[in-house]
Amino acid sequence: MAVISAPASAAVAPRRRGPVMEFIYKQPLGAVSLVVILIMMFAGIFSELVAPYDPLTIDFASILAAPSWDHWMGTDAYGRDIFSRIIHGSRTALVIGFAASFIGSTLGAMLGVASAFFGGKIDDWIQRFVDVLLAFPIIVLALVVVAALRKTVVAGVDVNLVFAISIPILPRVARVVRAAALSVRVMPYVDAARAAGYSNSRIIFRHMAPNVVAPYLIMFTAFIAQAILLEASLSFLGLGVTEPTAAWGLMLSGNAADFYREAPWMILFPGIAISLAVFAFNLFGDSLRDYLDPRFRV
Amino acid sequence: MDARTDQKTHAETAPVLLSVEDLHVQFETTRGIVRAVEGISYTVRRGETVAIVGESGCGKSVSSLAIMRLLPRKTARITRGRIMLDGRNLLDLSDEQMREVRGRDVSMIFQEPMTSLNPVLPIGLQIMEPLFIHLKMTPEQAKARAMELLELVGITDSARRLDQYPHQFSGGMRQRVMIAIGLACNPKLIIADEPTTALDVTIQAQILELMKNLSRELGIALVIITHNLGIVARYADRVNVMYAGNIIEQGSADDIFLSPAHPYAIGLMRSVPRLDEPRGTRLETIEGLPPDLLNPPSGCRFSPRCPHRIEICSQPIELRPAGEGHLSRCHRVDEVVAGKLTKPQVVVARLAQQELDHTNPIMAVENLKKFFNVTLARKNWISQEKAVVRAVNDVSFSIAKGETLGLVGESGCGKTTVGRVVLRLDDATEGKIKFEGLDITHSSSGAMREKRRRIQVIFQDPYSSLNPRMTCGEIIAEPLAVYKIVAEKKAREERVAELLQQVGLFPYMAERYPHELSGGQRQRVGIARALALEPTFIVCDEPVSALDVSIQGQIINLLEDLQQRLGLSFLFIAHDLAVVRHISNRVAVMYLGRIMELADRDELYANPAHPYTQALLDAAPIPDPKVERGRAPRALKGEIPSPLKPPSGCVFHTRCPFAIEVCKEEVPETRQFGPRHLVACHRAEEVVAHAATARN
Repeated sequence: MAVISAPASAAVAPRRRGPVMEFIYKQPLGAVSLVVILIMMFAGIFSELVAPYDPLTIDFASILAAPSWDHWMGTDAYGRDIFSRIIHGSRTALVIGFAASFIGSTLGAMLGVASAFFGGKIDDWIQRFVDVLLAFPIIVLALVVVAALRKTVVAGVDVNLVFAISIPILPRVARVVRAAALSVRVMPYVDAARAAGYSNSRIIFRHMAPNVVAPYLIMFTAFIAQAILLEASLSFLGLGVTEPTAAWGLMLSGNAADFYREAPWMILFPGIAISLAVFAFNLFGDSLRDYLDPRFRV
Repeated sequence: MDARTDQKTHAETAPVLLSVEDLHVQFETTRGIVRAVEGISYTVRRGETVAIVGESGCGKSVSSLAIMRLLPRKTARITRGRIMLDGRNLLDLSDEQMREVRGRDVSMIFQEPMTSLNPVLPIGLQIMEPLFIHLKMTPEQAKARAMELLELVGITDSARRLDQYPHQFSGGMRQRVMIAIGLACNPKLIIADEPTTALDVTIQAQILELMKNLSRELGIALVIITHNLGIVARYADRVNVMYAGNIIEQGSADDIFLSPAHPYAIGLMRSVPRLDEPRGTRLETIEGLPPDLLNPPSGCRFSPRCPHRIEICSQPIELRPAGEGHLSRCHRVDEVVAGKLTKPQVVVARLAQQELDHTNPIMAVENLKKFFNVTLARKNWISQEKAVVRAVNDVSFSIAKGETLGLVGESGCGKTTVGRVVLRLDDATEGKIKFEGLDITHSSSGAMREKRRRIQVIFQDPYSSLNPRMTCGEIIAEPLAVYKIVAEKKAREERVAELLQQVGLFPYMAERYPHELSGGQRQRVGIARALALEPTFIVCDEPVSALDVSIQGQIINLLEDLQQRLGLSFLFIAHDLAVVRHISNRVAVMYLGRIMELADRDELYANPAHPYTQALLDAAPIPDPKVERGRAPRALKGEIPSPLKPPSGCVFHTRCPFAIEVCKEEVPETRQFGPRHLVACHRAEEVVAHAATARN
């Protein structure tokens, strides 16, 4: 039988770069945000080595010192070095942010895909449950959960705080992933998989899940930002991380509020750290989505 | 005929309205500069209908958007050329002046009537809008004019219709509204970009007939952009054939269809199956794909695919005369015109009817019904208004081993649902499906597993039928692994390569993702995936309708080859009568969930006994102006009724020219009309007799 010749241009393999170089080339903004995230991670992991001072050491000789060569970002009301506290605070922020967002998004995504695939009554019940969770503002829901549970520290992390932050994330991811999964479910390639007689689990994991990874990933990274913000808010309200641990939200509360006129650096730098982290994770999420979608690759 | 010749002489002497001169359009993309249109020139006289024909990506839409100056500002650039309308160069006008031209002097009708009307505004307002803006009419004047326009485009009850919203109109009706909007300010020129592509055949005929009559009566010039050669033959005075950003042939409809002077035009004409030619010839195809306009071949752009390519074809080429008023962009135009370069058509032997064993069918469907429950509206908190859609209502057919049964009908007739139920993607409401002698109507997924392998499917849309996250190799290898047909990984790769070659692709394409392939190539991957399971029966659901004409032919030939070599049986679902005729042994015609007529192919096309079959055949355009001129415009009246409220009795009686009282009351039984010819019509005998007298 006839073999139809393909155009000559199709035979030339496109120029291949490494995946990292490809990402930097295609998503310059994403690469910048990745650098910010990497710096944060580096600071979080090697806090002890990077920070010029111990974050907990009180130094009454330099209370409320303005930024200088000795203290790049000044000191707080106890004379603690703010730069060092921000570096240590990034560990708190990243651990809680990653953990809470991962738990919330993953459970939410599983719920969303199941809801879309099975449909009918199961879908109805899952969605009503999601409605109930969505009825509460994020911060209120987290407040209720964190107030109801006692502090349980495992490996230096307050597990209940992570849990409390992941709860409001779950329904939001479930909704978005369900919508994406619904549109995937009616695609002819899912029909083709059913016509080939594949099992439900194969269809869900091989054919549906990879096609909802994009919304999952962007939600996951965006909610890392949300979780960091939430952790900061809860700490600010005195319900999250407690003194003397270095945490960004905590640094904004307490006597920072009393001294912000005399020592604006006390709130300025933790504020910048939070904004920068949130911004970087959001931006990275967007770029990652575009990069991972094969349809965006030319 | 007389009206047409008058029209023709008029068109030839009428002054030139629009002339496009040496137009170049480029797009700046991240991958480089795409030369979408390179140096096209054509003229349109007053009252004339000019067609621009070509496949997707050839630049036909871009060139007309350039006339309207509607190209995206940031990326598109008109680098050279003039567009003269009534002595003014549209490219020199200010934005303000251009806005006055749009809608008043030139209006445009788009392909998709579903999305080109604003869903939140009543259609009356949308028709009146240009009247307020361009003609500064008062509301009363505008309303009177809007009613007049609706009547003009054949929408009755215009006063009430003006206040209705687009969703209350069917697709055909919406396209009429679009035409009314286009006509509102008495434009000199209407550009219609694929005006009927989204419509059914019988509706397409109505709309084209309407447009042609309006342009004749009102003296409006019409530019029709289309890929459909059939409608060009019937409705165009002059034709421009485009390929890869160039006009490659230009002339009257007769020139182009009766003595084409460019190998591409010849190939295009031959690759379309035709209703008026004896079947049995293999479709001639244009091999390969159109060039990438990022870096088109130097010289003749068609040369890489041209069967008559010689050395000189790599030299640049301009349009050359091929006859009076007939131009062709071919180095060997003289030889083509002299008929020295045509190839004889290949005749292939096929399984003759007699060889098919109808007593022991591979697939038998008996009294199949598929109803869907839908919720129309929520009456109050508790109760809802519900309705039943009878998508498939009492359908029976059987398919012999090695046979192709064509299933034709317009959208919404239930043909796709039949396919889905046969595939067990949806469960039947009633009836039986027997495959290889075994009842599979309700068999569980476990029992179904072995059988399932043998029943495969090829979908319409090659873009969404392949998982975008898997490479083509993974897609084809998956069934091999799941069913352990080829257990070992290395052997599986070899089998994938073999399957790719079988469908005319290269083994290296296994590494490609679907989006890296063209539409035709993807459809081949879809076919390879179906073949991987070694099926005996394949449901082809509109497998070629999303493809370009020259690619359609390639896929049809491939399916035929595979059928011969592997002894496959097909249920071939399509709306294109010519394609179905080409590929099928027997054909079933569906309308609103029921089979109207089922017969051997030649019998059905030569001797249609159901008025609906006749209407479909009449409405289907034939790419030959001579044949078309001899056919009376017999467009079927009216629209397809809603399947929510199907008509009583015979579902076709509301549109049937033969309907009598009994048709409204009794559902006609499916009865034997001739040998192996079934029909569901009370008056089949009269219908056939009437057709016979009409022919004489």
